[in-house]
Amino acid sequence: MDYVIEMLDIRKEFPGVVANNNINLQVKKGEIHALLGENGAGKSTLMNVLFGIYQPEKGQIRVQGKDVNITSPNIANDLGIGMVHQHFMLVDTFTVTENIVLGSEPKKGLKVNIEDAEKEVKRISDQYGLKVDPKALVRDISVGMQQRVEILKMLYRKADILILDEPTAVLTPQEIDELIQIMKSLVKEGKSIILITHKLNEIMSVADRCTVIRRGEGIETVDVSQSSTSELASMMVGRDVSFKTEKTEATPKEPVLEVNDLVVKDIRNVDMVRGLNLQVRKGEIVGIAGVDGNGQSELIEAITGLRKAESGKILLNNQSIMNLKPREIYNHGLSHIPQDRHKYGLVLDYPVAENMVLQTYYQKPFSSKWSLNFKEIYNHAKRLIQEYDVRTPSESTLARSLSGGNQQKAIIGREVDRSPDLLIAVQPTRGLDVGAIEFIHKKLIEERDKGRAVLLVSFELDEIMNLSDRIAVIYEGEIVADVKPHETNNDELGLLMAGSNKKEGEA
Amino acid sequence: MKKLNLLLTMLLTLTVILSACGTNGDSSEGQKDCEPDSSAIKAGIVTDEGGVDDKSFNQSAWEGLKAYGEEYCLDKDEMYGYAQSNQDSEYESNLTRLTQQDYELIFGIGFKLKDAVQTVASQNPDTKYALVDDVAEGDNVASVTFKEHQGSFLVGVAAALKSETGKVGFVGGIDSPLINKFEAGYVAGVKSVDPSIEVDVRYAESFSDAGKGRQIAKSMYDSNVDVIYHAAGGAGNGVFTEAKDIKAGDSEANVWVIGVDRDQYEEGSVDDSNVTLTSMVKRVDVAVQDVIKRTIEGNFPGGEVLEYGLADGGISVADTNEEAYTDEIASKVKEWKEKIQNGDVEVPQTREELEGFVSNLE
Amino acid sequence: MKLQKLTGAWIPVVSIIFGLLAGAIIMLLFGYNPLAGYIALWNGAFETPYFTGETIRLITPYILSGLAVAFAFRTGLLNIGVEGQVLVGWLASVWVGTEFSLPMAIHLPLAVIVAILAGGIWGFIPGYLKAKYQVHEVIITIMMNYIALYSVNAIIRNVLTDRDDRTENVAETASLKVSWLSDLMPNSNVHAGIILALVAALFYWYFIEKTKYGFELKAVGYNPHASQYAGMSVKRNIMLSMAISGGFAGLAGAMEGIGNFGYMTLNNGFTNIGFDGIAIALLGGNTAVGVVLAAGLFGVLKNGALNMPLSAGVPHELVDIITALIIFFVAASYMIILLRHKLIKLYTDFKNKSKKGGANK
Repeated sequence: MDYVIEMLDIRKEFPGVVANNNINLQVKKGEIHALLGENGAGKSTLMNVLFGIYQPEKGQIRVQGKDVNITSPNIANDLGIGMVHQHFMLVDTFTVTENIVLGSEPKKGLKVNIEDAEKEVKRISDQYGLKVDPKALVRDISVGMQQRVEILKMLYRKADILILDEPTAVLTPQEIDELIQIMKSLVKEGKSIILITHKLNEIMSVADRCTVIRRGEGIETVDVSQSSTSELASMMVGRDVSFKTEKTEATPKEPVLEVNDLVVKDIRNVDMVRGLNLQVRKGEIVGIAGVDGNGQSELIEAITGLRKAESGKILLNNQSIMNLKPREIYNHGLSHIPQDRHKYGLVLDYPVAENMVLQTYYQKPFSSKWSLNFKEIYNHAKRLIQEYDVRTPSESTLARSLSGGNQQKAIIGREVDRSPDLLIAVQPTRGLDVGAIEFIHKKLIEERDKGRAVLLVSFELDEIMNLSDRIAVIYEGEIVADVKPHETNNDELGLLMAGSNKKEGEA
Repeated sequence: MKKLNLLLTMLLTLTVILSACGTNGDSSEGQKDCEPDSSAIKAGIVTDEGGVDDKSFNQSAWEGLKAYGEEYCLDKDEMYGYAQSNQDSEYESNLTRLTQQDYELIFGIGFKLKDAVQTVASQNPDTKYALVDDVAEGDNVASVTFKEHQGSFLVGVAAALKSETGKVGFVGGIDSPLINKFEAGYVAGVKSVDPSIEVDVRYAESFSDAGKGRQIAKSMYDSNVDVIYHAAGGAGNGVFTEAKDIKAGDSEANVWVIGVDRDQYEEGSVDDSNVTLTSMVKRVDVAVQDVIKRTIEGNFPGGEVLEYGLADGGISVADTNEEAYTDEIASKVKEWKEKIQNGDVEVPQTREELEGFVSNLE
Repeated sequence: MKLQKLTGAWIPVVSIIFGLLAGAIIMLLFGYNPLAGYIALWNGAFETPYFTGETIRLITPYILSGLAVAFAFRTGLLNIGVEGQVLVGWLASVWVGTEFSLPMAIHLPLAVIVAILAGGIWGFIPGYLKAKYQVHEVIITIMMNYIALYSVNAIIRNVLTDRDDRTENVAETASLKVSWLSDLMPNSNVHAGIILALVAALFYWYFIEKTKYGFELKAVGYNPHASQYAGMSVKRNIMLSMAISGGFAGLAGAMEGIGNFGYMTLNNGFTNIGFDGIAIALLGGNTAVGVVLAAGLFGVLKNGALNMPLSAGVPHELVDIITALIIFFVAASYMIILLRHKLIKLYTDFKNKSKKGGANK
């Protein structure tokens, strides 16, 4: 009875793909066990096998030492296995308690006994320090809270083994810290946790042991305390990974983008950008650092023509582009890697090839007077797929079925290939694994070296510090500081982002 | 919870199936104890969108045909039958269908079938057709019309006598020459009794939308109208619903409906009372049977227009609701009926004629 | 047993068989002969050239109304207003057909084009309101249906006629009836509109799949945000899509106006051509071929069903249930795909188990 979960020699095939090839996973009681792998390595498949969503072609599963045959999530639940999916399965208009009891409602005759359920939810919440209000409506609580509701749901169903699928992907840094505390207290109370992730920092800070999967194969299980991020990273990617992106000193030339006294309102008619000034020159990467919601989105949308600017000036190559249509602005030499690739970057139900001409489909050679020239479109895609290492079965594969990293590479290929004078990248590596991040960072620096101006917006300080030649700190719609990365550090930047500079100036 | 839903769904399904069984009566009427009359002809009707259970003239026509079937001891679908149309475009199909199934005499019920009857009749000169409610051309087509304006005049008289508020209403189906005939006769009847009575005339723009009929009835009753005559087919059912609703809430309420085409006494029954004052009965059944008989006798009135009116019983005023339709009203109606038959009164058929009629009264 | 081969084209066929079986069970339950019922259905649609012609005549506007709904749907818009656009197109074609006297080479195309324009304008209005003021197109199109219904009636009554309940017949020069078709299917109302409808389906396919405009419309339909970010005008595409959708519907109206009837009567209620178009579009998966096939299914069922009460004695109400069941099963082919998966799994499980001989446990 050493292990609460043992998955031995698990093999799962999908038509044409071996998703899991003889993988072993052994989880001890009371540990946090990380499952590490790149996007598409087979982590989720393995967990879906454990949770009864898929049946393996081969292999054995033991829970608490007993051979079991998990053919449905219900059986998994009965065995004390609970899973928190990346996308929450909650009913927005129900209360926390209603969501938790959904499917196993305590009955009083025909009526649902919600009072007792609320008490029980409160008790569990207190026991593990979840601080969830049982009566709140799910749509009124934050994403972090909703995640705790999902965890509560598992605990309410008496789960002893919790599977958390990329739990931090949707959380703010502060929420991540809180989640780590919650995970630790769960383990203290005797629960076991399987943590699916590709973020090395998290593993280092919370996991006891770690199993690495690469391309469907189990690589190794290691004690985290005996290992290091670089070791884990190279196991995951299969080669050495550098975290510090190598780059030469920038040699900026004449300005490409000039923003003067820009004012932009948001949808509620509140000034979000308040007299902002910014300059981006040829051959430099300017990183905009700031806490989300300080006007970054509005600034970018105003520059790209997606939102009306109230007043000020936006010059691209000395020509005003303020309040032109997006298409006109693109034709002035601007490319935009938008922040949410699913929502803004891709038409997921279009093939990769068609996504790669999303701005240029109407121009020659992709289009004649009326009709599209599919031959050219597909040839164009073939070239970009090769140049930007987009891993896709073919050009006609739907964008939806690509992994996140490959979707992002497709977007970057599309935007960079238009040889823009100004490249705007917003959160370009969000949710990607180290391999993809490395590739994208390299590409951005390459563009800089070719003499393009790059404007980078990111909420991750490491990324800003790594990539930028200049850092412009945005606070409440204004640039409050312009610093060089080697002349500053995370702490100072953090203070600037919190508005310390501005307050001093005002005082 | 899921099980309960399943149970409910199953119960509901069962109910639907059982209730559908209930309506299945007329196809299993059992053995007959008579021999079919060999002189009988194969006759059928094509209804408009109302269908044979529209509680109005389609139903009346079908009742006439069924009566013929019983009289001659015939089997349904063998020697007599109907085809129901759901859309305007189905009239021709249905007429042709019956023609190709060797029906000898086919009725098109309703003025909307005029074009279809004319077209199909010209394509099939050996089959006999009859159009009810309008005049069609062709040697093999008989046209059956009714003097609805006369009947409407008489129920107008009844409405005027019954009204206490001095306001009566008319709800028409679609604003068209045929329904205008009802309107003109009705208004003339009302004004003949008392020119000061107001008549609120409105159209539902539909013969099937009961909701619309009910809405109009509600606004009329709300504005003090106490008697409504409807010539709106299925939309008129909404008038009955509204009147019955008011009556059910307040048994003293003075609201009345005058039915059309058939005696709509049944439609008006609410608790112990009844809101149907009377009905302008248009005996489509009588006409159907009459045309069939003439055809059997070898006198098919091809190319002719048969106009049924008060004299031959093709048009009458129902007196089923004895409580409401008092002797006083009955005798007054009878007076006016004689005047019409004598030719003392020329009942208007159009709005123009009505204007002249009303100005003569003053 | 090659269940794996049961894919693609076979699924709708199996669905129809399932629907027919379900209908048969209903008929049996009520004591009717299902075989006689289905023979009557088939005969009703195809027994003689006349009925074949009538079936084709019925399919014609269905193809177009289906395309109309499908077109808007590809841009992510639910055009419930096809019904009203059909009425407007019908009226427009009859207006041109009755009020002008021109040679056929001008008259007929003019009637068709004016009908398309009328329907297009009627579709453009909700598109404009949606694009400019974000009013939901479902609400406006429903209301526009009523406006169309009553306005058309008023125009027939007061403008095209003097308080009559139907218009004049359209001139021969504006009629879609052609002698070679009528000779092929004598006495039926089949008309050259079926060719127009098929051409329209071809146009639909080409426009949606091959042109840059179709590319934009679809992109907006799939993801308006990404389309806007890529520099497309979402508003312009919404208006364009609704206008073209309305154009298809207007053409469907012309099929009735200058094809089937040759006149227009006061409408007692909606024609249902537009509402059936919604079902046809969804059934056809919003593709050109799918819509043509679904319209065919609707036409055959609707026309054939008229014969069931007469030839097989099945009551109307039951016929409606049976046709609805058939359509339901086709629409629910997803269920059949699922069932297929289960069967395959059961089969392979069984095979695996018998191979292992239970040694695993």
